[in-house]
Amino acid sequence: MQRIYMDHSATTPLDEEVLEVMLPYLREIHGNPSSVHVFGSEARKGLNEAREKVAAALGASSPEEIIFTSGATESNNIAIQGVARALSSRGRHIITSSIEHHAVLDTVKYLGQIGFEVTFLPVDQYGMVDPDELAENITEDTILVSIMAANNEIGTIQPFEKIGEICRERGVYFHTDAVQAIGYLPFNLKEQPVDMLSLSAHKFYGPKGIGALYCRKGTKIRQLCFGGAQERKIRPGTENLPGIVGLGRAIELATTDIENRSRNLAALRDRLIRGLLEIEDIRLNGHPQKRLPGNVNVSVLYVEGESLLLDLDLKGVAASSGSACTSGSLDPSHVLMAIGLDHQTAQGSLRLSLGKSNTVAEIDYTVKCLKEIVERLRKMSPVLKK
Amino acid sequence: MMYNEKVMDHFQNPRNVGEIDSPSGVGEVGNMRCGDIMKIYIKVEDNIIKDIKFLTFGCGAAIASSSVLTEMVKNKTIDEALAITNNDVAEELGGLPAAKLHCSNLAADALHNAIKDYKEKNNIP
Repeated sequence: MQRIYMDHSATTPLDEEVLEVMLPYLREIHGNPSSVHVFGSEARKGLNEAREKVAAALGASSPEEIIFTSGATESNNIAIQGVARALSSRGRHIITSSIEHHAVLDTVKYLGQIGFEVTFLPVDQYGMVDPDELAENITEDTILVSIMAANNEIGTIQPFEKIGEICRERGVYFHTDAVQAIGYLPFNLKEQPVDMLSLSAHKFYGPKGIGALYCRKGTKIRQLCFGGAQERKIRPGTENLPGIVGLGRAIELATTDIENRSRNLAALRDRLIRGLLEIEDIRLNGHPQKRLPGNVNVSVLYVEGESLLLDLDLKGVAASSGSACTSGSLDPSHVLMAIGLDHQTAQGSLRLSLGKSNTVAEIDYTVKCLKEIVERLRKMSPVLKK
Repeated sequence: MMYNEKVMDHFQNPRNVGEIDSPSGVGEVGNMRCGDIMKIYIKVEDNIIKDIKFLTFGCGAAIASSSVLTEMVKNKTIDEALAITNNDVAEELGGLPAAKLHCSNLAADALHNAIKDYKEKNNIP
């Protein structure tokens, strides 16, 4: 049976070219970049080059603005907790959105428990934050705004530059979780009003366990971990050099020819959406235009998400869902609830996230399978009024 | 795959799906919040469950447990059917993932509700 991967927002396969540049750092180049000797300098060279590549891909002013981490969860924690700790004497209010990834949501909720005040901005039916509403919520006490660049579940692209401008005018730091956006939205951080940005290599065909935090020069941030001078002391510990080198190559590849790749991927996405919308009682979740080129998220009424995933898996198609059974909690996805879906509609959600391996034939096969699957499951459904 | 072969068999080939015309009793459990709703229909003759059918909105475990329950119950007496627990259903399936045991394993509850409905309709204490 053919295996079709449509879960690229969860993770992507490692690019062959990325693997190639990593291999020497898993074999012969084993030095510690902090060492004085030739082994150290060899490793240091790889580290510096990778940092330059990440800085160039993001349009940062200087490679020093790139801090390597274990991934976006850590980047988000360092950014949010780091600013909160550095600026707590100046203010204790943080603003975020209600549809952030849990790496942001749980971090600000924790800060809420230890004396900070957190505002969770609502979103509209498409998952959009209203910049005016953000502006109204900034107070004298606000020290940080954290709004994702694009949503991982429904693919909605936030007006993050507008948000950043507001933050800059009001003298508030702006952090964005750009995990899903790298490779699809162009960044030029020299020009864009973003103070901190989180990313993770495995979302753009790099290795797992490596990410970065862009931290604009001069941003006041206090480290969470102690014990070394690596990564400007903000993230001490001997560097994951094979991962870092892989990240450098992966982001270079991901940010080359963004426009063409995004256009081609969006064409596949739109073909998939058109096919799925032929099914009765199905709705598209997220914004019809301002969405990531690889993201499809639909709700199939009268059926539950996990059973859709199981049936798809049996046909070789890998996808994900925001139903309670698959979200790992007792409630369906907070993102789907925040855009105003009722429980039943959220339970029937299905996310198909496309990537560079997907083909037109795979799209058409998936649509055909899903039509059969929905018909089978609806025959069993007690909530479908016949 | 997160489920064993027997669970997947019942998920793929569910037994006794559907409704019964003029059933002796109907029972429903679950809610949309957690994402599982099961409806069980029974036909009782001479204190024996002659026919049973189900409709389920839910995950793989919910569908499989509904399906296997209908096999366990057919041609059993009311008292035998009442003795079946959710745990018995999970065991009959050869086990379910721990996370599913409390939220999706509700088929016996739905059956018990159907029997309660049957008894109420027929004034059986």
